[in-house]
Amino acid sequence: MPKQTPLYALHLAAGAKLVDFAGWDMPIHYGSQLEEHKTVRADAGMFDVSHMLPVDITGAGAQAFLRRLLANDVAKLTEPGKALYACMLNESGGVIDDLIVYFFASDDYRIVVNAGTADKDVAWMREVARKLPSGGNVSITPHRDLAIIAVQGPNAQCKVWAALPGTEAVTAPLKYFQAARLDDLMVCFTGYTGEAGYELIFPAERAASVWQALAAQGVAPVGLGARDTLRLEAGMNLYGADMDETVGPLESGLGWTVNFAADHDFIGRSALQATPPQRQLVGLLLEDRGILRSHMRVFTPHGEGETTSGSFAPSLNASIAFARVPVAVAIGDTVEVDIRGKRLPARVVKLPFVRRGKILV
Amino acid sequence: MSIPANLRYTESHEWIRKEPDNTLTIGITDHAQEALGDIVFLDLPTAGRSVTAGEEVAVVESVKAASDIYAPVAGEIIEANSAAIDSPESVNSDPYGAWLFKLKPANLDDIDALLDAAGYAKVIDEA
Repeated sequence: MPKQTPLYALHLAAGAKLVDFAGWDMPIHYGSQLEEHKTVRADAGMFDVSHMLPVDITGAGAQAFLRRLLANDVAKLTEPGKALYACMLNESGGVIDDLIVYFFASDDYRIVVNAGTADKDVAWMREVARKLPSGGNVSITPHRDLAIIAVQGPNAQCKVWAALPGTEAVTAPLKYFQAARLDDLMVCFTGYTGEAGYELIFPAERAASVWQALAAQGVAPVGLGARDTLRLEAGMNLYGADMDETVGPLESGLGWTVNFAADHDFIGRSALQATPPQRQLVGLLLEDRGILRSHMRVFTPHGEGETTSGSFAPSLNASIAFARVPVAVAIGDTVEVDIRGKRLPARVVKLPFVRRGKILV
Repeated sequence: MSIPANLRYTESHEWIRKEPDNTLTIGITDHAQEALGDIVFLDLPTAGRSVTAGEEVAVVESVKAASDIYAPVAGEIIEANSAAIDSPESVNSDPYGAWLFKLKPANLDDIDALLDAAGYAKVIDEA
C-alpha cells in the first residue's frame, strides 16, 4: 500500500496522474508535463515534496556529529538559517544520500533527505551516532508530521508573500541557501529547478490550507515529471540515477561539496583520498533529433561512458543528459551516444543548461 | 476516450485505416497518446522498407518514455508523416488525424484479423 502525503486528496481533485514514487503515491503531472515545466520557467509552480523527510539534529554534540557524518563541512555555517548541500558517504566513499542541512545554532540543525532513502538514512545516522562517545550527545528526530511544498519560478517569491501573510518581512532579506522561521513555518530560499523560489516546511495539518492559498495566487501545481526535467536543465543531480552507494561524489560532479580541510574527518574521506577519480559527470547536448535517456552507452576518444539521466529539455527544445565519462573528456568535445542502436553525436557542455530562465548552452 | 468505429486496431494500440486505394494509414490511439503523455519525438520508417507483421517500425517518445510502434500487417512502407515529425505534439492533440506512416499491405485480407472498435475497447478496459 503506497503512502500518501497530506495533499493526496487535493492532487486527486486537481486531476493529477499519480504514480508510485519510492513507495509514495505522487503526482507525475496534472495534465501536461511540458506546460508545467514552462510555467515554472516563466511564472510560478508548486510541488508537493512532503515525501521528503526533515530530520532534526539537536544537542551539544550536533556539530561534531554532522562534521563526521557529512562530506561537506557544517563548521562553515555560522549564520542562523544558513544552508549547505552535502553528501552522506559510506566508508568506501559511496553516496548514501545527498541532502540539505540547515544551521540554526551549533546544537540545532535540520536536515532534509530524499524519500527513497529516508529510512536507510535515519538508520545510518543512528549507527554513526552510536559509535561516537556518549552516543555523540545528539538527538536524531525524523519529522513525518511536517509537509513540504516547493514554490518555484520567477514569480514564486511574490506569490508566496501574497499567499502567506507575514512571510515577506522575514524572507525578503534572505539570500540563496538561507532559511527563516516564522512561528512553525520554515521558509527556505532553496529549490530543485534552477529558478528562484522557496521551499516551505510546516506542520502537515496545514498542508491543504497553504496549498489552496498558493493556488489562489495563481501558483500552478507541478508534478514530479516536470520536477525531473527542470532539475536536469538546472544541472542538479538525482540520487539513485546520477549517484548512489557504488559511486563517489568526485565522480558525480559533486567534488565542490566535499571539504578536505585538515580537521574535517568525515566518513568516506580516506577512501576518496585513496582512489583518484577515473570518471567525471558531464552534461551532454544531443546535436541530432532523438531523446537521450539513462543508461545509454557513450563513446568518447578516451573510452566509453554511460548516461545517468536524460530527457527532452523543454526549455531548449532539444535532448540533454548527464553522462559519466573518462576524466580526459573535455567541455566542447563531441562524443557519440548509442540511442536504440544508432550512434548520434552529442556535445559535452558545462552545467547547468538553464539557470534563472536563461539558456546557457 | 475516443475509439472511432471506422478504424481497425491492434492490442499494441495502433489504429489502421483502409484507404480507397487499398493502402493502410497507421497511427496511435487516443488511449495510447494519453498514456504516453507529452510526445516530443517521432522516429518514423523510410519509404520502401519491407516489414513483417508485428515488426518494430517506429518509435514514439514522450517526455517520460520511448514506445515502440509495430507494423500491424506485412507490407511495404510507402510514406512517413513528415508534418507529424515536425510537430510531434499533434499526435497528442489529434491522434486520429496525426498519422505516423502509410503501408501497402502484402495481403489486404490480413486486416480482417485486426481488432474492430468494440474489440479494442475491450482490450483497454481490461488493461
